[in-house]
Amino acid sequence: MIEGARWRRWVFFHIPLLLFIVFLLFPFYWMIVTTVRPDNELYRPWNAANYTPFWTLRPTLEHIRDLLTETLFSTWMMNTMLIATVSTVISLICGLFAGYALSRLKFPFAGSIGTGIFITYLVPQTLLFIPLADIIRNFHLGDTPWALILTYPTFLIPFCTWLMMGYFKSIPKELEECARIDGAPRWKAMAYIIFPIAVPGILSAGIFAFTLSWNEFIYALVFLSSPEQKTVPVGVTSELVRGDVFYWGELMAGALLGSVPVAFVYSFFVEHYVSGITGSVKG
Amino acid sequence: MATIEAVTPRVYAGTPRRGPITRLLEDERWLASFLLMPTIVLLGLFIAYPFVKGVLLAVTDTRVGIPGSFVGLANFEKLWHDDIFRVAVYNTFLYTFVTTVFKLVLGLWLALLLNRHFRGKAFVRAFILLPFIIPTVLSTFAWKWMFDPTFSVINWMLFHLGMITGRINWLGDPDLAIISVMVVNVWRGVPFYAISLLAGLQTISPELHEAAAIDGARAWNRFRYVTWPLLLPVTMVVVLFSVIQTFADFQLVYVLTGGGPANHTHLFATYAYQIGVGTGLLSEGAAVSLAIFPVLLLVVIIQLVYIRRVETV
Repeated sequence: MIEGARWRRWVFFHIPLLLFIVFLLFPFYWMIVTTVRPDNELYRPWNAANYTPFWTLRPTLEHIRDLLTETLFSTWMMNTMLIATVSTVISLICGLFAGYALSRLKFPFAGSIGTGIFITYLVPQTLLFIPLADIIRNFHLGDTPWALILTYPTFLIPFCTWLMMGYFKSIPKELEECARIDGAPRWKAMAYIIFPIAVPGILSAGIFAFTLSWNEFIYALVFLSSPEQKTVPVGVTSELVRGDVFYWGELMAGALLGSVPVAFVYSFFVEHYVSGITGSVKG
Repeated sequence: MATIEAVTPRVYAGTPRRGPITRLLEDERWLASFLLMPTIVLLGLFIAYPFVKGVLLAVTDTRVGIPGSFVGLANFEKLWHDDIFRVAVYNTFLYTFVTTVFKLVLGLWLALLLNRHFRGKAFVRAFILLPFIIPTVLSTFAWKWMFDPTFSVINWMLFHLGMITGRINWLGDPDLAIISVMVVNVWRGVPFYAISLLAGLQTISPELHEAAAIDGARAWNRFRYVTWPLLLPVTMVVVLFSVIQTFADFQLVYVLTGGGPANHTHLFATYAYQIGVGTGLLSEGAAVSLAIFPVLLLVVIIQLVYIRRVETV
């Protein structure tokens, strides 16, 4: 970039960037502070003289302890982990296969099937949740993990397919043609030559799909009803709020711990995740 | 390709180890249908079928546990005269428009800032994506706590900056409530815009900027005539994608206001939930959520036309 005077750099670069960072990250800081703040300090009005917003002198772990011992939080974590993992695996397999077929094979209706999958990519969950709840009930899947394991792929597969198609287009065709000339059957050339090369693409799609299914809310809210079946977002929303009473300490502890797995996965694969995002909009 | 297909039968005829399935899968059409089968079954069962079922529900008077009969467009007619639905329509359009403008402007600004070289850039980029990856419902609870009228840290900050004198009831006042929801939506969306647009910016060759600078173009003109036109395709896709997501938003309003105070902050999705799941009027709820469809259709058409145009260029 073209260098300017020092004050210009501050006004046009450092200060705006700093403000962005504060705006984007403050809620997470607030989550952490609230989690460790003892109750008598937590429920102190903002205009009280001894309101100390940004720190606490007597940090406590009681909210986390309450969350783990007196609620079903750990069950919700296990449920979410199971559902997110299985639906991600299903979506990856489907997306890998479909992406390969659509980018490499010639067959009738290839164009319209591709368009169809692209359209489902744009369908929001909120358009279909009411009829889908009815269908789930008719299939006797209501209130079981299967209700989500089978429906989450509907918004994950189109995305995975889209990403894999882009990835396969970057792999030269000659690679599998060589294998086939050497006598490998068609599907072996696909499974043993092309799929291993596509691993970075699969990883991007998988991480993205995992965070999306961990994040999903409305299907989980509508399809699950008993507390021990719930996922983290729904459990925290419905079980830590009783009527008008919000258990803020436990809520923030739940929000914090419930974010950890996603943040953990994300922190290891930031680059893959970013290429997942950019791949999802590049087309 | 043609030569391989011509050669295939002769070469493969002498290999006895191939089973019938392997031979079948040598045919691209069979392989393709095998590969697409799971996707088509799942998407058909849980997208196409519910969509048809949703349309059928919307023209009956079904409730939970009570099979309905055909009522034509009565549900839609009823919605037309429903004041809460009208508020929800207004809110949804306003919400989508305002937040999209803010997300685009702020996201582009942040992308331009991040496109410079500075120490700790990878670190900053990783951290600013947090609002987008942390489960929305969970981070929205942090905002709800920050908006709490009695304990609000925002009130404390504004008070000590001398901008307010009394307390502000962020989620209790109808106008402020919708603004608060918009703020959270912008907060969540800016990182997505910034990272996507940053990827677009990085494909623009710096030489173009240098050439423009040598020709005497100032910073604003370089942005206006070099960066912006080249960034437009990415921007377009990002905006269309985000418009659908925002238009069909549910989580933010559900957590922050639940549609209140007095049904003033409903969007299509939260109102559909309140009617369809809360009250059990399945048909009317399905009719409300189908109201998302025309906008979805419009965006899909724009996308398809646009992609086709880009691909044929």
